[in-house]
Amino acid sequence: MSESDKKKPNRRDFILTATTAAGAVGVGAAVWPLVDQMNPDASVKALASTEVDVSSVQPGQSITVIWRGKPVFIKRRTQDEIDSARAVDLSELKHPEKDEDRAKNPEWLVMLGVCTHLGCVPLTDKGDYNAWFCPCHGSHYDTSGRIRKGPAPTNMEVPKYEFVNSNTIKIG
Amino acid sequence: MSDHEYTPKSKVGKWFNDRLPLLTLANHLTDYPTPKNLNYWWTFGGILTFCLITQIITGIILGMHYVAHADLAFQSVEHIMRDVNYGWLIRYVHANGASMFFLAVYIHIFRSLYYGSYKSPREVIWIIGMLIYFLMMATAFMGYVLPWGQMSFWGATVITNLFSAIPLVGDSITTWLWGGYSVDNPTLTRFFSLHYLFPFLILGLVILHIWALHVPGNNNPIGIDIKKPSKDTVPFHPYIVIKDLFALLIFLIIFAFFVFFSPNILGHADNYIEANPLVTPAHIVPEWYLLPFYAILRSVPDKLLGVIAMFAAIFVLVILPWLDTSKVRSTVFRPIYKQFYWFLVADVLILGYVGAMPAEGLYLLIARVATAYYFAHFLIILPFLGMKEKTTPLPLSITEPVLGGSADMAMAKNNSDYKEKL
Amino acid sequence: MKNIFKLITFFTLILSLIFSNVNAAGEKQELLKVDWSFKSFFGKFDRASLQRGYQVYSEVCASCHSLKHLSYRNLAEKGGPEFTELEAKAIASNFEVTDGPNSDGEMFERPAKLSDKFVMPYANVQEAIAANGGAYPPDMSVLVKARGGGANYIYSVLMGYEDPPAGMELDDGVYYNKYMYGNKIKMASPLDDDIVEYADGTKATVDQMAKDVTTFLQWTAEPHLETRHKMGFRVIIYLTVLTILVYFSMKKIWSRIETKV
Repeated sequence: MSESDKKKPNRRDFILTATTAAGAVGVGAAVWPLVDQMNPDASVKALASTEVDVSSVQPGQSITVIWRGKPVFIKRRTQDEIDSARAVDLSELKHPEKDEDRAKNPEWLVMLGVCTHLGCVPLTDKGDYNAWFCPCHGSHYDTSGRIRKGPAPTNMEVPKYEFVNSNTIKIG
Repeated sequence: MSDHEYTPKSKVGKWFNDRLPLLTLANHLTDYPTPKNLNYWWTFGGILTFCLITQIITGIILGMHYVAHADLAFQSVEHIMRDVNYGWLIRYVHANGASMFFLAVYIHIFRSLYYGSYKSPREVIWIIGMLIYFLMMATAFMGYVLPWGQMSFWGATVITNLFSAIPLVGDSITTWLWGGYSVDNPTLTRFFSLHYLFPFLILGLVILHIWALHVPGNNNPIGIDIKKPSKDTVPFHPYIVIKDLFALLIFLIIFAFFVFFSPNILGHADNYIEANPLVTPAHIVPEWYLLPFYAILRSVPDKLLGVIAMFAAIFVLVILPWLDTSKVRSTVFRPIYKQFYWFLVADVLILGYVGAMPAEGLYLLIARVATAYYFAHFLIILPFLGMKEKTTPLPLSITEPVLGGSADMAMAKNNSDYKEKL
Repeated sequence: MKNIFKLITFFTLILSLIFSNVNAAGEKQELLKVDWSFKSFFGKFDRASLQRGYQVYSEVCASCHSLKHLSYRNLAEKGGPEFTELEAKAIASNFEVTDGPNSDGEMFERPAKLSDKFVMPYANVQEAIAANGGAYPPDMSVLVKARGGGANYIYSVLMGYEDPPAGMELDDGVYYNKYMYGNKIKMASPLDDDIVEYADGTKATVDQMAKDVTTFLQWTAEPHLETRHKMGFRVIIYLTVLTILVYFSMKKIWSRIETKV
């Protein structure tokens, strides 16, 4: 009448293990849509690139455009600025990167205007290098957008971009 | 409630449990002695818990993408359906989940009616259950408004106008509900807010519902009191858990058919037309689960009385434990009540059917007869029947179906009868 | 086990009742039935038909009916007409959208991009109503789902233009349609043989165009239909297998005591 003596109640036999395993797989598969829905949706992904007309930017000027919700600095550098950026010895840098690699067309510097420390937007033409200075925690960037002083760990990021023609830059 | 003292084996467990007895609670839930003769109709409690959790999870997710604004709501739903990763899946689960939730709750309620689970000492469980049911209807109704389609808008208009039937203050109440002079953006935003809130109230009531259940323990198909724990019971885990899981999976297969192959069949096509305050759809029909009440509302030719009848239809359920005067719980031992039970089931299905039909001619007549019968069942038949009905003898326990009276042949036959039915 | 069968029978009963309710609301004129490729459990769209359907939409319907919930990128997405990205870009660039403001604070026109929504034929509902003799040409994004008969209804209406029965008076700008609610429609029969020229050489009969554009509209209303069917099939197979496993686990567990499940 009570517990059957044929079976030990705690015996995990094949069928129970298989059921548990199959159930776990299903729960995992069901959770994925619930997680993935928070990723960028199709309409956001479609906006992943933006085209900017830079014909009116004079040497020495910089403009800020929005790309993927973040500011992008587009700076038309003067010859002095280019020279000072290229003259730096890489060993002085916290995050060594050649200016030639950051600005394929030396006149134009395109980078995400986001301080790599904690995400503030640096001020233009400020700081020790008269380039960019982040007011949040005092990071100084040079005319190539490289970190020179302050808490930021890396240089400001250069996004993927290309010149569609001499007046238009496509970011993303 | 405290069955036996439980002491966790590990030191940490004991330390924690002394401060917050969660482990005692977990132990109570796993060991909870459950009648071993529960049939599959008893699995719907677990299924309903699953439904509630599913609705809350999918609902929270939809809330991340939905925009509660009259100009943007419809568009944001389309955005969910088209662009959000798996958005279509989540929305279809949520929309069909509401229907599946009600399907399950109706089965759960009718199971209680059949086996007399609302009777002493379980009246409080039943009343909490009715509160949950009422909140479910309110939540579902407000949820249906959110896509801001034609049925959303006009459903909201019709239902909120019910309150205008209240004498003297009716109009002020309706204006207050609307936050304007018609259903509009303020109405939508407050419905969204409340639609988000109510499920958590339901969740709280569900916890009370289960708590109240665990005081007297489960009723069972033969409706007799049993000793717990005893040979008549099994621990909730793993016996009932695995059985509930099996039933849940069958339920899920049906659910999946709706979500993947007929996701819109339970909704109304007009709700894919954006709300237009200037054009009323040809006929307004609520979601299927509200149809019986809608039929009752329309069967009464007076506005105020119609509203009263509709709310009374729910209220008679609340006071049911005192309307049913029979001391015998299970219908198995109540041959006459059994007939009336099925009449009631048929009556509610008929009400649901005519609720979907235009309120005219024969349909209206049927609706009136069915409404009258509905109230007659609870207010006349049940109290009277309980006093007059001759019930068949009850067994003393589940495992040893020894009859209460003398063991003559007729009774023995009855006994084998119920065994077959369970 | 017997109980489970009872339970399933009960479910089926309830569900069929619900179905009959829903269907009963449909009523009257029997719609034309088409054996659509997207029906049934494995239903998929006919890719060529979707592309032709887009052509019919853009050349015939688009002058009055918007598709405001769609973006041009959708045309190149999987499960849809699956134009190549270049084709979709070319389609988009035929349309002008207003963007801005630019750095001078002015709005400007530019060719549409993949990320833009379909350009609407009218600026707003009022303009659409005014231009169409007082009848609003409904947005077609979810039209198939917004009509009781679904795809069959749309197809039937397109095929349902007839001379009015004797004795029926029609106002100017009102046409008789066998399948339209109330039989009166303010849209003149939009299709005529060969009003579009299909690139793939399919003969553009009214019936063919009606089928193609209906298929297209079914896709605009349910862009993830193919994924849904495919996923649904897998989910149900999985659930069935798991149910069987759980059933045997349950038998195993309950065999520890005497009672049958």
